[in-house]
Amino acid sequence: MSPDFLYFIETVLNGLMSGVMYSLVALGFVLIFKASGIFNFAQGVMALFAALTLVGLLTGQVPFAHLIHAIFGVEAQHWGAGMPALLAVIGTMVVMIALAFLIERIVLKHLVNQEPIILFMATIGLAYFLEGLGDLMWGSDVKALDIGVPSGGSFWWEDVTREWAAEGSDYFGMYIDKLDVTAAIVAAVLVVALSVFSQYTRMGRALRAVADDHQAALSVGISLRTIWVIVWSIAGFVALVAGIMWGSKSGVQFSLSLIALKALPVLILGGFTSIPGAIVGGLIIGVGEKLAELYIGPLVGGAIENWFAYVVALVFLLYRPQGLFGDKIIERI
Amino acid sequence: MLYREAGDFKTSYRADQQTFPIRSERILFWAFIVAAFAVVPFFINDYWEKSVLIPFLVWSMAALGLNILVGYCGQVSLGTGGFMAVGAYAAYKLMTAFPEMNILLVIVLSGGVTAVVGMAFGLPSLRIKGFYLAVATLAAQFFLVWVFNKFPWFYNYSASGQITAPERLLFGVPVTGPNSPPWATYLVALTVVFVFAWIGKNLTRGRIGRQWMAIRDMDIAAEIIGVEPLRAKISAFAVSSFYIGIAGAMYFTIWFGAVEPTEAFGINQSFRALFMVIIGGLGSILGSFLGAGFLVLLPVLLKNLMVGQLGWATDIASHFEIMIVGALIIFFLIVEPHGLAQLWRLTKEKLRLWPFPH
Amino acid sequence: MKLAKLAAIAATALTIGAGPAFAELVFPSLSYRTGPYAPNGIPFADGYADYFTLINERDGGIEGNKIKLVECETGYNTEKGVECYESTKGEGSLVYQPLSTGITYQLIPKATADGIAIHSMGYGRTSAANGTIFSNVFNYPGTYWDAASIIIKYIASEEGGDLKGKKIALVYHNSAYGKEPIRTLEELAKKHGYALTLLPVDHPGQEQKATWLQIRRDRPDYVLMWGWGVMNQVAIQEAANIRFPMDHFIGVWWSASENDTIPAGEGANGYKAVTFHGVGSDFPIYADLKKHVYDAGKAAGAGDQAGTVLYNRGMVAAMWAVEAARTAMKIHNTKDITPAMMRDGMEALDVPESRLAELGLPNFTVPVKVSCANHGGPGLGMIQQWDAAAKKWSIITDLISADREVVDALIKEDSEAYAKENNITPRTCN
Repeated sequence: MSPDFLYFIETVLNGLMSGVMYSLVALGFVLIFKASGIFNFAQGVMALFAALTLVGLLTGQVPFAHLIHAIFGVEAQHWGAGMPALLAVIGTMVVMIALAFLIERIVLKHLVNQEPIILFMATIGLAYFLEGLGDLMWGSDVKALDIGVPSGGSFWWEDVTREWAAEGSDYFGMYIDKLDVTAAIVAAVLVVALSVFSQYTRMGRALRAVADDHQAALSVGISLRTIWVIVWSIAGFVALVAGIMWGSKSGVQFSLSLIALKALPVLILGGFTSIPGAIVGGLIIGVGEKLAELYIGPLVGGAIENWFAYVVALVFLLYRPQGLFGDKIIERI
Repeated sequence: MLYREAGDFKTSYRADQQTFPIRSERILFWAFIVAAFAVVPFFINDYWEKSVLIPFLVWSMAALGLNILVGYCGQVSLGTGGFMAVGAYAAYKLMTAFPEMNILLVIVLSGGVTAVVGMAFGLPSLRIKGFYLAVATLAAQFFLVWVFNKFPWFYNYSASGQITAPERLLFGVPVTGPNSPPWATYLVALTVVFVFAWIGKNLTRGRIGRQWMAIRDMDIAAEIIGVEPLRAKISAFAVSSFYIGIAGAMYFTIWFGAVEPTEAFGINQSFRALFMVIIGGLGSILGSFLGAGFLVLLPVLLKNLMVGQLGWATDIASHFEIMIVGALIIFFLIVEPHGLAQLWRLTKEKLRLWPFPH
Repeated sequence: MKLAKLAAIAATALTIGAGPAFAELVFPSLSYRTGPYAPNGIPFADGYADYFTLINERDGGIEGNKIKLVECETGYNTEKGVECYESTKGEGSLVYQPLSTGITYQLIPKATADGIAIHSMGYGRTSAANGTIFSNVFNYPGTYWDAASIIIKYIASEEGGDLKGKKIALVYHNSAYGKEPIRTLEELAKKHGYALTLLPVDHPGQEQKATWLQIRRDRPDYVLMWGWGVMNQVAIQEAANIRFPMDHFIGVWWSASENDTIPAGEGANGYKAVTFHGVGSDFPIYADLKKHVYDAGKAAGAGDQAGTVLYNRGMVAAMWAVEAARTAMKIHNTKDITPAMMRDGMEALDVPESRLAELGLPNFTVPVKVSCANHGGPGLGMIQQWDAAAKKWSIITDLISADREVVDALIKEDSEAYAKENNITPRTCN
């Protein structure tokens, strides 16, 4: 095979991997939208908040250290050596569940049956609040996150692919990031687990019922409020996974909350209500933008992948206004 | 007391249809306008101009434009930042290409340029709806900012890619550039906003506004009763972008004087304008102003209170500030999901009966 | 109405807040301790504040006149920055450090009209180095164009003086800041004969796979970086991932703090950057800081930033501000200096190595001498390198000077274009 063709494959492959990373974020949006029709703007901030909490627990940070220092003058940054990764993940999950509970209690309960845009706005208020709270609790410096997720280029893959090139060409193998591969496996496991959960458990069936029709679900005795807490907890878990993956790459810091922007084109492409849509959408966006950046970018000066992702999504939307896998929009008068 | 209707009789349809049908409300409104035009300019200083009043007016203008699109026509857009950039860059190119042109004309023409661009990006709305459309308009946002950042023609080939507004006079007084007196820029902004709010109010009360609202409430039904979706939606995009373009032009010329596209017109600005519209009240001219006031003035107020008065550390204050704004957004939505304007409307209802409720 | 009431509250909030006491020297600090760039803003603001505290505590102020530091949070946001400027300028603020490209560009015309000096130290508008046109703007000790030229010079010396046929790639933040070095690098490419590839990265820069695949494919000999915020960490991580030789990866001074290298762990080892001040806390002044500031519980912020790159940068900025104020006092023979006097002081600033040693900062930074025509200082820099095992930076070169011929011509051209567009008649300097 010629190196040029191998480069092409490499780009596609890496595009797919980036796509998986976007899907991880998009999944959280889909879960909540499906169950409650809320476009949860706070999903990115939730990922940040989860990652901050995780790092805080891992390193044994004292929450609100700065505030305590400012008010009481007590200098307390750390309360000990931290805890093992598994325990910290469980601890973070407990925090996220508590958060889901509070969100339901304080916010959503009062906004049942409001228009989607009002609920969207409420999640913006939530995003603001969490943004401030996260910083106040854990400080705003960059924190390295290392819970043993493998990362770095894979040598094995490089060696394998080097053989593929024609004799004599100075091809040096394909690049693939181990972190991305891990993310892909995690995403696959996550999707399978979510489908199993929603197909075969009682809770999952209740969840699907709510997603189908709120009124009907209520009338057969499903508690909407419990379902919401569960959905937001699951979204919190997805946010934690996304936070770990993205945080391992760039360190945990405020900018982590901006990954939501990467998920938006994925979301409209795949459809707001479809879990497979989030994955397929992510893959299409990832490949599309990487190919565009590498093959069209140099012609027009580069940095086109941000808007190109949206253009790809837009083109798909013009054919299917509800996204690739979204529920068909039926219009009645 | 304040809102007494007793003795306020209407003798013509014209009087019955006016914008402020209650006399006391009319008086209050005009008193407020007179104060804004004739009293404030004597007291304004640099701080009030650059950090309070001009930001409020410019953002009100942007919110007004977006409210026409989102609140009246029901098309959610997240392209505001990009459209403001079009207005700003149009203003810059007009100012540097035609140095003699009157600044007010520059501002209005920039709005016109933006309207054309807005119409082009409004076309997908014929097929895509709701949140799908909102995210699709982000394509406009990212693309426009990228264009202004990429092609040097837009920033006259300067090394930094920033644009700087040259000084322009209006009646012999500088209104752009660093030497402009606060009252002058304030009056220009106020005049523009007042005139276009007036036009906006009447536009939404008239035939075209009713068409927009019909589309918003149910587009298929509207189509059946004879509202052409193409014309209604595209005209809403045009008018909305026109307003937003003017806001962008004012943002650049009389407020900042120098901008860089990636930060000044980034995605945050798009979200911010949308927040203003929703918090203020969808489909309400007054709501645009209240929303802009809430999101522009509240943080400044909180900052002055926490840092200036209580002497807190700036970072803690700023974390609290954003938390309080977030909590207040949720609070207001719970109290009144239809925005601050609805809250005001309810207050008025109460005031009309006060002090003798049934 | 609601608004009127709000305005009334705000008015009272303001009037009580602003009670200028003119006996003190007011130094505003437009810091950003929140938002996406907070990790970089915090150490700078802490260093800036701690140096002033030290002067107050140890010396009782500048020549006995106490310093009042007014901190204002900008969040790296231009709108808030302007608000901060307007709210603090009334208190007699002497010099502004805008600390963001956007805010700097905003304040250049405004502060000039208000007669207040701006010190955009190693950032902002490069052509402001031309003092004849930018009377109130200072960007000593060096500019981005100096930095670009210094890096190229360093690479040339590494390569035995010849860059012909070499490939150099620039990875830059796609904004006014990131685009700054392009023109200089292009000019230098013409002169030295290297090939330049430009690779923009959009804000915020969390996803740079395409950029680094391109680098991996093209195999440039050197990669330069003009990055900021999360973009730096990701770039360094990606460079490590594709096993780009890190000692051929050189950043500008804003892409070279501990924040940028630590998240990449071992992979960042060997990463280089240009800088204009020393690293670490191995300077005599730190003993004084410990005694008068840290141990007295007067450290700014959380007090955990001492010795980091950006903390030292904040400190060096404060040091020059204090020295400029001293110079101003000498020129005008008064201890109660005004912003206009401060400007004169900055223009006559002269801090040679001997003075640095007196201040407890021997070999800490480049010697600076500002003049009426040259506000850009000497344009000297050093190269620092990251040691991942020890988790610290070290300086690996002597002072390197910029290619004045190329840089000065560019400064002249750009500043004259600005003067023409804004109807400024250049001052005459003698």
